[in-house]
Amino acid sequence: MAQVSIRKVEKQYESYKAVHGIDLEIADEEFVVLVGPSGCGKSTTLRMVAGLEEITGGEIWIGGDLVNDVPPRDRDIAMVFQNYALYPHMTVFENMAFGLKLRKFPREEIKKRVDEAARILDITSLLERRPKALSGGQRQRVAMGRAIVRNPRVFLFDEPLSNLDAKLRVQMRTEIKKVHQTVRTTTVYVTHDQVEAMTLADRVVVMNQGRIEQVGPPQELYHNPATRFVAGFIGSPAMNFIPVRVLNEGGLQVQLPGGERLMVPPQRTNRYAQFAGKEMTLGIRPEHLTETHDSEKPGVGRMNANVEVVEPMGMETMVHFKIGKDELTARIDPAVHAAPNEVLPLAVDMNQMHLIDPASGRVV
Amino acid sequence: MSARVESGMAGGSLASKIVIYGLLLVFAVIFLTPLFVMLITSFKTLDEIRDGNMLSLPQHPTIAPWLSAWGTACIGLTCGGIKGYFGNSIEMVVPAVAISTLLGAINGYILTKWRFPGHKPVFALMLFACFIPFQAVLIPVARVLGMVGLGNSIAGLVLVHVIYGLGFTTLFFRNYYEAFPSELVRAAQIDGAGFFQIFSRILLPASGPIIIVTVIFQFTNIWNDFLFGSSFASGDGVPMTVALNNLVNTSTGVKEYNVDMAAAIIAAFPTLFVYVVAGRYFVRGLMAGAVKG
Repeated sequence: MAQVSIRKVEKQYESYKAVHGIDLEIADEEFVVLVGPSGCGKSTTLRMVAGLEEITGGEIWIGGDLVNDVPPRDRDIAMVFQNYALYPHMTVFENMAFGLKLRKFPREEIKKRVDEAARILDITSLLERRPKALSGGQRQRVAMGRAIVRNPRVFLFDEPLSNLDAKLRVQMRTEIKKVHQTVRTTTVYVTHDQVEAMTLADRVVVMNQGRIEQVGPPQELYHNPATRFVAGFIGSPAMNFIPVRVLNEGGLQVQLPGGERLMVPPQRTNRYAQFAGKEMTLGIRPEHLTETHDSEKPGVGRMNANVEVVEPMGMETMVHFKIGKDELTARIDPAVHAAPNEVLPLAVDMNQMHLIDPASGRVV
Repeated sequence: MSARVESGMAGGSLASKIVIYGLLLVFAVIFLTPLFVMLITSFKTLDEIRDGNMLSLPQHPTIAPWLSAWGTACIGLTCGGIKGYFGNSIEMVVPAVAISTLLGAINGYILTKWRFPGHKPVFALMLFACFIPFQAVLIPVARVLGMVGLGNSIAGLVLVHVIYGLGFTTLFFRNYYEAFPSELVRAAQIDGAGFFQIFSRILLPASGPIIIVTVIFQFTNIWNDFLFGSSFASGDGVPMTVALNNLVNTSTGVKEYNVDMAAAIIAAFPTLFVYVVAGRYFVRGLMAGAVKG
């Protein structure tokens, strides 16, 4: 059990910089997920914490020890890899016991720990098998078991679910969460899947191009993204972005590319007044673009959509349409009629709007 | 293209089958004839060889030539057969194969899993060793062996063969380990294994097929080597191949073809043995790797 501190950590490869001096404090027992598109530096960061990559600048502390120059085996960490990385010539038991054996644990202690981990992961019946004879999900469990038996200060997960099929992935996601609730070890988890990040994390760290965009609990990232990148990355389907002009003509409003205007709710006018007359980007999530009702809440505006594609999902229907050159998505009640090439009136919940400065990419 | 060949095999007419098998049979006979002549000659008496047909079976089979070749035939001035030289070859081949294979494995491990700046030129230079003609280095090697006090000794031959084999063994292992998942090495590192523990407990157990390939290759090359053996050893210290040459070329007395043939077969036996025994595991190893998926 330990906290992890990442301070001004950099990774410079010969010709390019993968990580640009990031800072992150991870509390004891916390589950932190690093998420971002491929090449954003999240895996590099994890491997620097593991000690598999050298740090070219900054400091990494694990449980009060500076570990910059400590080799992986002395950092008291355990790691679960994307492709499981099970030793093919060893049985499941031997795979899980390997780390303990190398550390010269007595045999009874090894057996006790492996049995306990196997019980938690429900793989007791597989202990004598070799990895070859296991399914993907079982292999993933063994890989987690290998981490658990060590009882390390920190668990590191490197995209552990991306090799599994969709159904198994959801199942193992729950499994990982359950394990963390049982074995409360500090965990750093890397994924490119924002759903995994949202569902697992105490705090999500969104990374982009070697920098941290935003850190926060999942709900906060969802409702109060700091940048356009976070706004677009978190949430599925992604947030809609519409180029607008902010006007102040009888109340603050935004003008859409088609000329339609939407009122900015009064409680936001102070915040946005300074941008009157400027070209900005309006961010609005699909669930805040819905079918219209006879009496709308205050702050809800209207717009017309020329429907291009309709995707019924069962509990809701996705409607894709264009405003100017931008593709937008609305999420409507499946009972409402919508068909391609028809005009559908939509309610825009401006209470949930985000206004983004296109120059800096920051949400204002 | 392979599909066409397969369909030809499966649905081919009787005529094409006869042609294919006929050709295979003809070539098999051509290739096996020398071995057949060697075998039957080695069981004939000298009189029968002088009188008879080269291809006829022995009328009075005898193992005397084999006993003579092994224990009493004269090579140069000593008449102790080839058994001593057979021993020399074993003494040379076993350590040379073992050391060059082990070093090649370690080199391959370092060149793929512990890359250092400049690992590419180092590997390129080692590859270069595969292309140096033996003859070009004879004199420098002789000088060096003399300087380190290993001239004219089995140990010297072992050293030369190890160094000469390193290029090949490194190439084999490097290419094999290149495809070995690096994440296993990282997992072992985190599990607490050190440099040699990872090598011996993670990589080596997975190296069966490539070890067998390397051993076959090195064993055959070193056992069959004549040039180094005749250049860097002499007298009673020469390996089997050189002794066989000396036996066959002995110019005193009558030419005992039956003894020569028996000695040649004995000389060729170990490489045949390695091919037949290890070759089976070799194929098995390749198959196991292929279906792992």
